[in-house]
Amino acid sequence: MKPSQFQHHAPERVDEVVALLAEYGDDAKVLAGGQSLIPIMALRMATYPHLVDIARVPDLSKISATPNAVRVGAMVRQSHAERDAAVATVPLLAKALPHIGHFQIRNRGTVGGSIAHADPASELPAVALALDARIEATGPGGVRFIDASEFFLSTWQTALDDGEILSAVEFPVWGAGSGFGVEEIARRKGDFALVGALAGVTLDGDRVTRACITMIGVGSTPVRCHEAEAALIAGGANADLDEIGRIAAAPLTPTHDVHASAAYRKHVSPAIVRRALTAALKEARS
Amino acid sequence: MNDRTRVRLTVNGHAEQVEVEPRAILADVLRDNLGLTGTHLACEHGVCGACTVLIDGEAARSCLVFAVQAEGASITTVEGIAPDGGLSPVQEAMRDCHGLQCGFCTPGIVVSMTAYLNTHPNPSDADLKEAMSGNLCRCTGYQGILAAARQAADRMNASS
Ligand SMILES: Cc1cc2nc3c(=O)[nH]c(=O)nc-3n(C[C@H](O)[C@H](O)[C@H](O)COP(=O)(O)OP(=O)(O)OC[C@H]3O[C@@H](n4cnc5c(N)ncnc54)[C@H](O)[C@@H]3O)c2cc1C
Ligand code: FES
Ligand code: FES
Repeated sequence: MKPSQFQHHAPERVDEVVALLAEYGDDAKVLAGGQSLIPIMALRMATYPHLVDIARVPDLSKISATPNAVRVGAMVRQSHAERDAAVATVPLLAKALPHIGHFQIRNRGTVGGSIAHADPASELPAVALALDARIEATGPGGVRFIDASEFFLSTWQTALDDGEILSAVEFPVWGAGSGFGVEEIARRKGDFALVGALAGVTLDGDRVTRACITMIGVGSTPVRCHEAEAALIAGGANADLDEIGRIAAAPLTPTHDVHASAAYRKHVSPAIVRRALTAALKEARS
Repeated sequence: MNDRTRVRLTVNGHAEQVEVEPRAILADVLRDNLGLTGTHLACEHGVCGACTVLIDGEAARSCLVFAVQAEGASITTVEGIAPDGGLSPVQEAMRDCHGLQCGFCTPGIVVSMTAYLNTHPNPSDADLKEAMSGNLCRCTGYQGILAAARQAADRMNASS
């Protein structure tokens, strides 16, 4: 249960991080909060000769607000984001954060680390996907932006190129009349969700002018439920949410693992979607 | 590759310096290099909470931190929670409410509870359950631990 040997690099600037990744190539791995990487290394699921620790790069730990989005630096700790006033203007993010593990984990784990790690049961990748966030990647060629819809390729696989880091995430701010809900089933509080749904709506009276529904734990990436969103927009605020839940669950092909069967995951999905939407609609009306 | 690195830490108020491999886990450094065996290790991958310490005042799993990451940080272990020779309000409450049996999980429980109550002066019972959910105990069934958390919260509140 001890990680194998590695060399530790602690640069203080983003360009130094990128240069180290270029120098060591496949032998190097980014270390952020370590709350996923260290267990993986301790269990010897992976070994890396070089770890590039990004915790001492001040530029990666900033949060800034623009009128339409909040930019969260990769190295912002999850617990700090939970308490941040700008993050509070992105309620889906603020509501999802406390679902990650326990407070001791969130004191170390980072927003960027969770999204770059791309676990299909994780909350923050789903927030990014639900809100159409933009992922800022920095590499040898400079900065580029990747839409969240193109970012998550498979379990632990993202569209980041070798040698690129996730430097920040821009989460869009939704306007007045919006509400959000996060619902999960897990065996114990703090466990990764067996199935979860993250939903957002914007209401104009009884009209739903905007909707997002994203599910976790039901595939190799977070899954955006476009048909269910369209059905909700068509049906309005008084739509039959059980039916919306069924539409969301119909195309899902969850996998079986030691935690839950595929059939169980599929079976509970409509109810989880209904609960997330119920919470979102309630908040939007208030 | 197995070159040792110098790491400076402040542990329970004392300046310390250790020479360790980069792969050395903070929990092992506290126990093996500094002799602070109050910090317990069980799962060594973040699940049980036995190894919880404060890093710059915030509770963290010391099995999920390399000592080199803590360079310059201030660490508080269970040995540093109480005033010299005495018991902290949390420790007193754990004793009063039978919050422990074998005691293996107890250092992590005490550190987590202390960190939580320091930043949450007025917790509900539900808040306390949530706060303690990251620490596993194989003996007590948790009721004594939650009673201790309640007592400690109330006493800390009354005296502040
Ligand atoms: C007991 C326990 C329970 C947990 N429960 C949950 C949960 O319920 N939900 C959940 O979502 N997560 C959970 N986690 C995981 C936690 O959220 C991690 O913090 C997160 O997945 C990874 O963030 P990190 O900063 O710790 O990254 P690290 O562990 O440092 O890195 C993870 C991976 O991402 C890469 N990486 C990190 N940052 C970057 C970057 N900026 N650019 C490029 N690559 C990068 C690393 O190279 C590594 O491959 C849990 C962890 C534990 C130990
Ligand atoms: S030993 Fe660190 S969490 Fe179990
Ligand atoms: S008292 Fe024995 S594990 Fe908690």
